[in-house]
Amino acid sequence: MTTILEMRNITKRFGPVVANDDVSFSVKKGEVHALLGENGAGKSTLMNILFGLYEQTSGEILYKGKTVNIRSPRDAIHLGIGMVHQHFMLIPAHSAIENVVLGYEGNSAVLDLKSAAKRFTEMAERYHMNIDPWELVGNLSVGQQQRLEILKALYRDVETLILDEPTAVLTPQEVDGLFEVIRQLVAEGKTVVFISHKLPEIRAICDRCTILRRGKVAAAGLPISDIKDLNELARLMVGREVELVTEKTPSEPGEVVLNVENLNYTNDKGIHVLKDVNFDVRAGEIVGICGVDGNGQSELIKCLTGLLHATSGKIELMGNDITACTPKQVLKQGIGHIPEDRHAMGMVGQMNLRENISMVDSRDEPYSSHGFMHWRWIDDHSRNLIDKFSVKTPSIMEKAINLSGGNQQKLVVGRELSRKANLLIAVHPSRGLDIGATKYIQSQIVEARDRGVAVLMVSTELDEILEIPDRVLVIYSGRILACLDQCDCTRSGLGLLMAGIEDGEEDRPA
Amino acid sequence: MEGLGIKQRLQETLKSIYFPFVAIVVSLLIGSVVILATSTTSPLTAYGHMLKGAFGNLAAFDATLIKAIPLIFTALSFSLARRSGIINLGAEGQFMMGALAATAVGVATPNLPAIIHLPATLLAGFLGGALVGLLTGVLKVRFGASELIITIMLNYIAKELISFFVNGPLMDSASSSYPQSAPMEPSARLYKFIPGMNVHTGLIIALVFIFLYYFFLWKTTAGFDMRVVGFNPSAGEYAGMNIGRSTIFALFLAGGLAGLGGCIEIIAVQGRLMMTSFIVPYGFTGIAVALLGNLNPLGVLFSGILFGGLSAGALRMEVMTRNVSSSVAVVIQALIILFIAGRQMFAIKKRYRSRSSSGTSAGKTVTDEAKDDDAPLAPATAEEGV
Repeated sequence: MTTILEMRNITKRFGPVVANDDVSFSVKKGEVHALLGENGAGKSTLMNILFGLYEQTSGEILYKGKTVNIRSPRDAIHLGIGMVHQHFMLIPAHSAIENVVLGYEGNSAVLDLKSAAKRFTEMAERYHMNIDPWELVGNLSVGQQQRLEILKALYRDVETLILDEPTAVLTPQEVDGLFEVIRQLVAEGKTVVFISHKLPEIRAICDRCTILRRGKVAAAGLPISDIKDLNELARLMVGREVELVTEKTPSEPGEVVLNVENLNYTNDKGIHVLKDVNFDVRAGEIVGICGVDGNGQSELIKCLTGLLHATSGKIELMGNDITACTPKQVLKQGIGHIPEDRHAMGMVGQMNLRENISMVDSRDEPYSSHGFMHWRWIDDHSRNLIDKFSVKTPSIMEKAINLSGGNQQKLVVGRELSRKANLLIAVHPSRGLDIGATKYIQSQIVEARDRGVAVLMVSTELDEILEIPDRVLVIYSGRILACLDQCDCTRSGLGLLMAGIEDGEEDRPA
Repeated sequence: MEGLGIKQRLQETLKSIYFPFVAIVVSLLIGSVVILATSTTSPLTAYGHMLKGAFGNLAAFDATLIKAIPLIFTALSFSLARRSGIINLGAEGQFMMGALAATAVGVATPNLPAIIHLPATLLAGFLGGALVGLLTGVLKVRFGASELIITIMLNYIAKELISFFVNGPLMDSASSSYPQSAPMEPSARLYKFIPGMNVHTGLIIALVFIFLYYFFLWKTTAGFDMRVVGFNPSAGEYAGMNIGRSTIFALFLAGGLAGLGGCIEIIAVQGRLMMTSFIVPYGFTGIAVALLGNLNPLGVLFSGILFGGLSAGALRMEVMTRNVSSSVAVVIQALIILFIAGRQMFAIKKRYRSRSSSGTSAGKTVTDEAKDDDAPLAPATAEEGV
């Protein structure tokens, strides 16, 4: 196999921060090459340089043996390099085919969507991806949207496809489908760069890998078969031994802390999002809610925290009815909430750490009294919290946006865990985090449980669901399909339930 | 503060004044083209007169300060609202309503001791503007109306109200048929306080309010909540804050600040309310002052003085050169606003890039990202604007 892509001695600086330090990266034609590393290791930076979103500070890129100067995604696509981002870049209100031709250089002055759709459909059929070109993107499932992104790149005749954490949003069955597509692409001689940190997937699909650690290459072009097990991979990525199993004793559930009865929620578009949801969470146990994104988890959590109000049903916290409470009242009752999206909700990026730490309790002592902030106390508290939860930051005066994703999450988790809460709601607590940070946050959640806190955890990660909760609820289309003890959970069983398949009967919409 | 050495803070400060500095220099350069095109005077001579007229001697600086005072208030008004996530284009009208309310109190009760009359007049000025702000806030929160539209429309209403009052209820019956109010009672006026200078005690009030602006936003819980909501309303809601109340309160205070500025302009400078009292658009210029000062307390002070200097200097420039119009100063002000607003475009592009690279939330609205914060008394870094 010949080398199709070579990035030589790439260095990228952002001010004083070195995101890529003399990184060399070489990919052979027709292989699936995994790019691995913890969050903040520089994977995305490197791929964004390749895709023309960043310009390297120094170093050169060779594509098919020629030095190339990639200044924009347009240049990259010209060369035949495509990228599917982790967060899709599609316009929901437009049809699939409109999204495909958007920005396509081969468009004629008057758009000919019909022939474009014809070409698209032929291509989709070749890869066994059936997507109606006229369907609005907003009506496609997440898996379909991803396939559309891939087709969009293929439509531009790319030969090298970068997939940035493509499996993060998929069910296990959808992952298998994605792998089929990747195998077919490789069989046609295309090259795939696969960014991930999940060993089973890397094993299943990749040929070689390059591992980045703190901006430097920790291993280059390592054949996947040389990696013995998950521990070794973690060691390569983190640079030290990582405890991969979260220590956990059997739970000792106490009294009921949260009780949800016949909860229904209909949103303002008239869609019945939550349907007769019933469950409880006891002190000292972790209840996991597992399901593919968008099956009502967000709305359920918003109802519990007062951000939305249920249409009918009852929510009780420690015996008090909180169904109609405002977020402030709910917080007062003792709920810690690690929100779904730390950027949108959990923190204020442009404020510094001590301000982010005081955000939720700003009106209460000892954070403030008589309307005045107690910055001196907050400073001490913040330093302790940062220490305890090992948030890496130069100072508590640093803006939250300048921290890495893992450290931001540690900040939010730390803040919520150090509040006096009877109930901890943790939504995707480890989303986007690397192995080290994930394990740390999971162990903190288990520790909170052991202190007698009732924990409700929402996750789409099966590994997490199989490991952390004591009980698992599967949510599908706004309904709790099953409530299982952890020991009864299997990967395939949960996978089927997450796809809405109960007892072999399929009711998942196409 | 920890982690930030003196050198680092100096660097930050330099970095933050770099852009305003460039904006001013480029505006002056373009202004010189305007001077060349419209007069026979060399731009250097014209600017020399302008500089002398603004900061050349004590008398010039005196005039500059007097013009800076109302600008500082309207700039604080815009800044406070902006920090709370609201764009207040209504400082103009709030300024007028403050002046109107102050006039009503200031002319109404003769023989009142100054110790009561003056505070009452200032309070009336504050409330006059604050109530306009409150109305805006209620309309925005209750009906979801855009504050941009409401504030602009209220500016017209304020202007017509002034016209009505100086031609009607508040018209000075003693003097003439001019549309103007009676002179303010001596007990409701502000006087000069530095020997040899005309600048009045309104300067002290302005400095106090600059400090209060800082103190309120960074030291009180209400101010803290306002900033959280201003940066990220969802985070504020998540943290149990009342977004609507914060918005209304912010607009109340912002209106009050502008109203106080209007009040001081009348009781210290103009002496009575006239149709011509509001020829200088202090409200709109205040937006430029706030943006140039990066919504920062010290920044507002310095850019207020700079803009005061521009208009004070422009007069001298026109008088001395005889053929350069003082409107050049307005052109320069407008250019500064354009460049400051234009900075947002750079910011958006940069943000798009860094966003899509970090792989997070590429499709999300990122309006909050443009705002800076932190280290409030050292001019802050990031980009800001309408």
